Amino acid sequence: MTMRNKFTAVLSAVILVSCGALFLGQRVSAAGEGKITGTVKLDGAAPHMKGIDMSKDPYCVKANSGSPAHLQIYEVGANGGLQNAVLYISEGWTGSAAASTEVPVFDQKNCMYTPHVLALDAGQTFKVTTSDQTTHNIHPLPNPMTGNIPWNQSQPPGATPIEKSWKNTEVIPVQCNIHPWMHGWHVVVKGPYATTDANGAYTINNVPPGNYTVTAWHEPDQTQTQKVTVAAGKPGTADFTFKPK
Amino acid sequence: MRRRFGMWTLVISAAVALAIPMPSWAQQTIYDLNARLGIEAHIGKITGHAKDAKGDYRRYCVVCHGELGDGNGESFPWVDPKPRDFQLGVFKCRSTPTGTLPTDQDLFDTIARGLDRSNMPQWSTFTKQERVDLVAWVKHFSPRWTNEKPGTPIVIPPEPEVTAERIKAGRDVFARVQCWKCHGVMGQANGPSAATLTDDLGRPIAAFNFTEGARPKCGDTDRDIYRIFMTGLDGTPMPSFADNIKPDEAWDLVFYLRTLMKQPSKAKEMAKKLDLKPVDPNAPAGQQ
Repeated sequence: MTMRNKFTAVLSAVILVSCGALFLGQRVSAAGEGKITGTVKLDGAAPHMKGIDMSKDPYCVKANSGSPAHLQIYEVGANGGLQNAVLYISEGWTGSAAASTEVPVFDQKNCMYTPHVLALDAGQTFKVTTSDQTTHNIHPLPNPMTGNIPWNQSQPPGATPIEKSWKNTEVIPVQCNIHPWMHGWHVVVKGPYATTDANGAYTINNVPPGNYTVTAWHEPDQTQTQKVTVAAGKPGTADFTFKPK
Repeated sequence: MRRRFGMWTLVISAAVALAIPMPSWAQQTIYDLNARLGIEAHIGKITGHAKDAKGDYRRYCVVCHGELGDGNGESFPWVDPKPRDFQLGVFKCRSTPTGTLPTDQDLFDTIARGLDRSNMPQWSTFTKQERVDLVAWVKHFSPRWTNEKPGTPIVIPPEPEVTAERIKAGRDVFARVQCWKCHGVMGQANGPSAATLTDDLGRPIAAFNFTEGARPKCGDTDRDIYRIFMTGLDGTPMPSFADNIKPDEAWDLVFYLRTLMKQPSKAKEMAKKLDLKPVDPNAPAGQQ
């Protein structure tokens, strides 16, 4: 092989490799991204959830006549999986606050909030709707000192949806004064988040490779954290176990 | 020197935070407040300066509203409704939508009017200048006035002539949006949800009873009543109905509410001849 041929070979190899790397690099950033998955469980037997007396409003009684409503603090599924826990990145997230363009819905249905816990990104728009034939007032109670401002709006039957957002991270209780058993949560975090399903499973999507601290929140104020590493093509995992409070 | 001051602030705030259980969320220190003493209020051509109201506040207001404006004055345990926590910047009587700051005029009107059925008297003894200064002083307690602008006052169309049709239409609005859930079908504050009402800080609170001759808290003109249900009384269970009652319907509702009130009014006279029955809570929607 002449010197010249050698050089060409090396050059083509270099070009090939760089092209490959470039292509691979693009693939990694386009697929985005990793994720964090796991389950949240409740340790021991699920506490008894008291039934709710809705006799104040006959509409609500009738709406729940099929399966009587009960408190939703601990909704425990298969293998102790805990529903309605919120998982978010509490350290290591450097992306922008508005990671999601989706508009989640907080519905008033059968005189209960659906979902009971609504996780949100700071600044993310959400919608409050009513499916009920009775008047509700939707009354979130953030601490005004955080920059989230409380408001209180009525939603009679057939009311148009209300669109709102929360400025800053905070766990905000939401209540209806007309139906005092109606109690839900808006959990406002920064960056990607997930809420556990009926079996306690969750997946936080759109997490770029890196080292993070994941926080699991469960009402009213329980939190746990874990360190998680997300690598390209390899999701991070974090399982949590809460004790009934 | 500068550093030492910072450290002392920290030590003092920590001591304050640990030693005094606050009745609310607010945690503003005297240092935070002093930094905002330059705040102004504007009513017409009068400009109010917070620092000029210090004397009046310490003499007349501090006993209830407290040194730090957090409603934790000496009289806090003895008065009910509890004094307003100015640090939160949340006010009942506003011309602005729910979740927004009131205008200077709103605060000025509250100081002048007082709040019926509470320990807040009418402060008509102050000059106008003193009252505007006090508005600025009230504003310096909350960081909200630095970070936000007051809301835009709601537009109230001119009051139409009261007619029998309008009173009946107002009764339909009363039934449709279910005012009776708290206020009761006769306005006697005995609706099914009345007994469990609490304010934003979890303290029991009563719905307004229309039949006792009491003055509504945020004023007793027709426009004041219009404003109450279209802005809501923030900090209380009374929500805003602005999205669900049209301006014209709102006037109908004002006329119907007048028929429930003990005070004499043209609407009340007309209603006598109409022989209106209280709304039926069990009637299907739209069939009152």
